[in-house]
Amino acid sequence: MSNLVDLFVTFAKVGVMTFGGGYAMLPILQREVVDSKGWATEEELMDYFAIGQCTPGIIAVNTATFIGQKQRGTLGGILSTLGVVFPSLVIISLLAGVITVFSHLAWVQHAFGGIRVCVCILILNAVIKLLKKAVLDVPTAVIFLAVTLGSYFTPLSPVIFVLLAAVAGIVLKNVGVGK
Amino acid sequence: MMLYLRLFYEFFKTGLFAVGGGMATIPFLYNMADATGWFTRNDVANMIAVGESTPGPIGVNMATYVGYVTGGNIGGLPFAILGAVVATVGLVTPSIIVILIIASFLKSFRENRLVENAFYGLRPASTGLIAAAGISVVMANLFYLENLELGFGLSLFNWKGWLLAIVLWVLTNKVKQTKGLHPILFILASAVVGIVWGM
Repeated sequence: MSNLVDLFVTFAKVGVMTFGGGYAMLPILQREVVDSKGWATEEELMDYFAIGQCTPGIIAVNTATFIGQKQRGTLGGILSTLGVVFPSLVIISLLAGVITVFSHLAWVQHAFGGIRVCVCILILNAVIKLLKKAVLDVPTAVIFLAVTLGSYFTPLSPVIFVLLAAVAGIVLKNVGVGK
Repeated sequence: MMLYLRLFYEFFKTGLFAVGGGMATIPFLYNMADATGWFTRNDVANMIAVGESTPGPIGVNMATYVGYVTGGNIGGLPFAILGAVVATVGLVTPSIIVILIIASFLKSFRENRLVENAFYGLRPASTGLIAAAGISVVMANLFYLENLELGFGLSLFNWKGWLLAIVLWVLTNKVKQTKGLHPILFILASAVVGIVWGM
């Protein structure tokens, strides 16, 4: 029982200390889960991370589920995940209330006008970083361009593109295209 | 009640199909904005900023924010908080199910040929979806497309926005002293610039 509470509390701590998610949380996981609790080795953590990246969902959540499952089975996996999302629920709920109340003020709208420009650059930087890992040759470049244009110019759901791309990857590899 | 079911369903779908972490949820939020009318595309850009500037994984933060705002539209605080919980639980449920299944045959999953091949196609597609979302944010914030009827020209460009964008790009990519800094600092600085310039 105490172990389950410990899983929840530790992952809540990881959630509070992570800004932005993904790789940002790796050093914090190393400190809390590997060094402090000994719930996983460095290598296992890297494995979980790699799998977390190539399975559906948020990487942080996937990694938490893995470690919790290893410690205390299904219930451990669920409690670790709830721990990771708990701080977000509290903080965002408080903040969303505040933003909703003040959002009609002119200066708040101006602030968000500036912030949205910053978001453009943050997304651009994220795309450039991802491109280096995702676009390796001509076929992957074609998939990238086709999905970018298709998603921008058509109202199709992203689900369609994800499913088609998975099939395309399997077919292309089987006919021997690509690295 | 129907709203909460829909909220759960939309975020369950996002959690199931968003591959590769937080930013990958953005295209799904755009799709949700168009399909449900719960919020606008401009709101999504604000959510990204809030999600990046607060503790917690960005994807989870955005789900909580959307759930809170959507639930809040039908009632007071309890409805908003219930919405936040429903959206967040919807987002993480597919992860929990998929990972619990994979955890039982961990090694063979990573070395599975079929999975590896699928990801050869999935990674560029996921990047493409985020890029398309990025183009939407740029179009909405760096251009005044509503001025298109006045003809092409200077009125189409948000000059203050472009100037800020170029400075931010240089600071986050080229200047050694600033490029490693946390995004929250750039977001805060942009908020100040936005207020001072009346953006």
